[in-house]
Amino acid sequence: MSEVTYREAVRMALREAMTNDPRVFLMGEDVGRYGGSYACSMGLLEEFGEDRIRDTPLSESGFTGAGIGAALVGMRPIVEIMTVNFSLLALDQIVNNAATLRHMSGGQVSVPVVIRMSTGAGKQLAAQHSHSWEGFYAHVPGLKVVSPATVVDARGMLLAALEDPDPVVIFEHSGLYNSKGEMPDPPPKVDLSTARIAREGTDVTLITHGGCLQRTLDAATALAERGVSAEVIDLRVLRPLDWDTVLASVARTHRAVVVDEGWKSWGFSAEVSARIAEDGFWTLDAPVRRVAGVEVPIPYPQHLEQASIPRTPQIVEAALQAVGRG
Amino acid sequence: MTPPLPGRGHALHLLTQMLRVRRFEERCAELYSAGRIRGFLHLYIGEEAVATGALRALTPDDALLCTYREHGHALIRGVPMDRVMAEMFGKQEGCSRGRGGSMHLFDAAHRLYGGNAIVAGHLPLAVGMALGDRMAGRERVTTVFFGEGAVAEGEFHESMNLAALWKLPVVFACENNGYAMGTALERSESQTSLTAKAASYGMPAVSIDGMDVLAVERDFRHIVDAVRATGSPAFVELKTYRFRAHSMFDAELYRDRDEVELWKKRDPIATFLARMVDAGVLGAQDLERVEAKVQEELAAAVAFAEAGTWEPVEELTKDVYTEAGR
Ligand SMILES: Cc1ncc(C[n+]2csc(CCOP(=O)(O)OP(=O)(O)O)c2C)c(N)n1
Repeated sequence: MSEVTYREAVRMALREAMTNDPRVFLMGEDVGRYGGSYACSMGLLEEFGEDRIRDTPLSESGFTGAGIGAALVGMRPIVEIMTVNFSLLALDQIVNNAATLRHMSGGQVSVPVVIRMSTGAGKQLAAQHSHSWEGFYAHVPGLKVVSPATVVDARGMLLAALEDPDPVVIFEHSGLYNSKGEMPDPPPKVDLSTARIAREGTDVTLITHGGCLQRTLDAATALAERGVSAEVIDLRVLRPLDWDTVLASVARTHRAVVVDEGWKSWGFSAEVSARIAEDGFWTLDAPVRRVAGVEVPIPYPQHLEQASIPRTPQIVEAALQAVGRG
Repeated sequence: MTPPLPGRGHALHLLTQMLRVRRFEERCAELYSAGRIRGFLHLYIGEEAVATGALRALTPDDALLCTYREHGHALIRGVPMDRVMAEMFGKQEGCSRGRGGSMHLFDAAHRLYGGNAIVAGHLPLAVGMALGDRMAGRERVTTVFFGEGAVAEGEFHESMNLAALWKLPVVFACENNGYAMGTALERSESQTSLTAKAASYGMPAVSIDGMDVLAVERDFRHIVDAVRATGSPAFVELKTYRFRAHSMFDAELYRDRDEVELWKKRDPIATFLARMVDAGVLGAQDLERVEAKVQEELAAAVAFAEAGTWEPVEELTKDVYTEAGR
């Protein structure tokens, strides 16, 4: 067991994958000489060379598509997109190509590409660098979408994604890169199919993922002090989502709060709560509540930025409402 | 310089290929009116010399990516006509299991990667396929066809830059038929010389008379050989003209009848045949024989498509993801 940062966990996975599989390579803007915009690939250029730690021009659509093309001929590319907002320039490739090619060709081809991107607010980067598009990508059949919140998942999900025959989009919350966690030795293999109960509880289920996990766990601690036992689910995999774990938990606690940084309307939290209403309605004792992003382009000043994303007190408040103490 | 006269067998082959495409598509137009073929249908009539001449230079191992105007490329590449016709009908015996239709002909065995209907969206894929081949040490050439309309898209420029920067064996084959739907090249490009544009990326750029199958065959082979030898990309403009509407929903308000008639005088099949007959390479009775053979193949293809079956609805979601064990 050793303590590592999330960034180091990503780097561990990159190094392992590159070492064990010659088909794996990393490409993206400034992944090489610069070391990665969030320093995940720092030092790897020296270790693996320019061919496999491939700096690209500013061409999100071009190099993401090139990753898809390389996957079509049997490589295992990892495409790094600096920030979720820039991935919008590659949407055509991700949505129209990566997600469609297998089905549209009648199963003749597969696209084992891994696309990593940083996501989320909290670094005062304002309205063009701070959004959360997990819900958008999770909307798209043909993609798998994961949101590692822990160091174990940051490493393990990248490796699992590389073993997956289909396109996997990995969201790494920018606020997590410096966070630390225990990495068991040897590090465990993880799956891309199950949610994890991050904290057990009996009174209310708090459902979240990625950058909101810690705030939600903090909320559970605060709730415990007030005599409310909250269960926290770290969804981990947003598509395909492990509804069994979610619905089983709600069936035990009879109350649910969905926490997500994305905008509330039409968003990820909307789908999760709709699904609970659809398939878990009769187990509920209270309406599903949501704590989600306020519907503004994320502003720069810290107080406004923080006011626009879920914070611990709001999660506590929503949970108290759910248990009838709000 | 005019290309040397072909031998009789060679001339018969070229004539047969062009006629296969022409008659296939004429039949498709009828079948469209009869409601057997639905959706979008983009005919290649008038442009047959391009695919017929160009694809001669590819080896079976070379990858090929096309636009939605790709019936000719598929047929000439060797995808059996009956499977292409079944695809037009949407039957599961089609080359994409019926899921793609006219715009999405795939055949991995013939290394045909679509049938892509996002203008320029397949260019990054070609770059990536060439990159993957290069990294895996395979000496293949990837050829990507697109219309001149694609030259205005960012993905064209990103792909040209990436391929040139990374010195990848990609042939960018631009089928310039003068119009992107109703928009003439002069109305959409500040620089109407496509080769001048392409040359700015530091790659060879040539223009070929796409109405002359022998010129296409000779000059395109020259380019493909050079790309194979250098491992670096090249751009080819194939000047051609579509005799028919853009698709079946096009009133053709944007061009003069006279212009169309003028180009029809340069019909690639009629001019080739006349030249071969003049030169004594082919006789008048050859055409009859070829026509008869093509009609036979076509009748069988239509019968095959008619007899084809619909994919069971239970399989609707098959191959959205790779199923276990595949
Ligand atoms: C990105 C995108 N924009 C618009 C369209 C609609 N569209 C389909 S074909 C076409 C014209 C393309 O012209 P060109 O590239 O010259 O090829 P051609 O159809 O002449 O073969 C347009 C605008 C599309 N399919 N994709």
